[in-house]
Amino acid sequence: MSLELYLDLFSQPCRSVYIFAKKNKVSFEFKKLSLLDGEHYGEEFGKISLIRKVPALRDGDFCLAESVAIMLYLAEKFKTPDFWYPADLQQRARVNEYLSWQHTAIRMHGSKIFWLRLLIPKVMGVEVPQEKMDSALEDLQSSLKLIEEKFLQDGPFIVGDHITLADLVAIVEIMQPVASGLDVFEGRPKLSAWRDRVQEAIGKELFDEAHQDILAVQESVKTIDSGKMQIFKPKILKLFM
Amino acid sequence: MMELYLDLVSPPCRSVFLFARALKIPFEFKRVDLAAGQQYSQEFGEISIVRKIPVMKDGGFILTESTAILKYLVQKYSVADHWFPADLQQRARANEYLSWQHMNLRAHCSKVFLLKALFPIVMDAEVPKETMDAALENLKQSLNLLEEKFLQNKPFILGDKISVADVVAAVEMMQPLGTGVDGFEGRPKLIAWRERVKKELGEKLFEEAHEMLMKSSSLPQTLKSSSSFDKLKPMLQKLFR
Repeated sequence: MSLELYLDLFSQPCRSVYIFAKKNKVSFEFKKLSLLDGEHYGEEFGKISLIRKVPALRDGDFCLAESVAIMLYLAEKFKTPDFWYPADLQQRARVNEYLSWQHTAIRMHGSKIFWLRLLIPKVMGVEVPQEKMDSALEDLQSSLKLIEEKFLQDGPFIVGDHITLADLVAIVEIMQPVASGLDVFEGRPKLSAWRDRVQEAIGKELFDEAHQDILAVQESVKTIDSGKMQIFKPKILKLFM
Repeated sequence: MMELYLDLVSPPCRSVFLFARALKIPFEFKRVDLAAGQQYSQEFGEISIVRKIPVMKDGGFILTESTAILKYLVQKYSVADHWFPADLQQRARANEYLSWQHMNLRAHCSKVFLLKALFPIVMDAEVPKETMDAALENLKQSLNLLEEKFLQNKPFILGDKISVADVVAAVEMMQPLGTGVDGFEGRPKLIAWRERVKKELGEKLFEEAHEMLMKSSSLPQTLKSSSSFDKLKPMLQKLFR
């Protein structure tokens, strides 16, 4: 049985896993899961992951959740080049530092903006109070500020001179609010320059391929059956509002 | 000597403290009093602009994020393998837990603690029943996953031996206890696991680490009477928005 990756490219952590696997020529079967269709609640997927989130990996009878864990597993198993997750004590620590920090910072704040700007008003038909939007934007700004001032500083990448898992995980999260129509790169030349370097290191074609669906989402929401989202409504509203 | 900037009322500070002490890694304990707002001092800002704890300072190398610090200590001090096994699948399981816990067990245990300990004095109102119920429900879901997915019928998260995953989980689970919410109640499996973790780390050490937490009933008063309270209040209010 080949290695399977359960992915929905609307999801940021799915994109980082997808890019990492493709870039490193890891052979895998792409098992598409549609979050908007609630496929993560299906019986079959429950056997892969009790957590019922994507991305998920199945390698033989070994199942694994959590994008960071998955990428570290692939890096070790397929002996990917050292620069992705340097063996050097301090460099590795810096990558780990970013991978930890981002969960409750840029990941949370970028996701929230995406939901508040797009899915909640446009698909769920719920109006977002200005106050909620303002405080969500404020949180996003402070995360972006920390990325620039603490993690990037004056370096070309987050850690050292080369792309690492940290940059990959960062870029996919930052693209989420961008996909909702908020240009976070505007007025941030340092961040824009970093984005260009990361895209180049990944390869523009692969980067664009991974982001194709999410970048078209403002159009595609117009055709989403809002009935499908009703089941998620209470949970989502509790989470973001 | 390595410095650890800690306040033991904070779970991630406790995991680093417990690990370093249990493994007899020498360090200087630098107290950052959260209730007095010391994380916002200029002095601490020069250590870390993120203004969170724990922080590690090893010579000129400063590192934030408890899971990054734990992995750094594991790598630097060549600790026994079981703490963070080299085996591919075992390590993946450890990484899976350490990643999942940020937005799940950690978030939910902290939320309950913060609502009970801080909400009334920071928001000048009682915690709305709906808010408390939602927080307790989320906590329940995380505890269910801890038992059903991560622990299952094993003595520890990774199997027969304790690892950093158990330390990180245990300190988070203790947090609601500081406000009288016992997440262990009605969960004999978790109680048994906690006792095993305590035994491995050292009962006295575990108790010492949790002493401050157990005195948290005085936290609201300490905070309110602090000269920094007026400055801290708006920042603390953000925790509840």
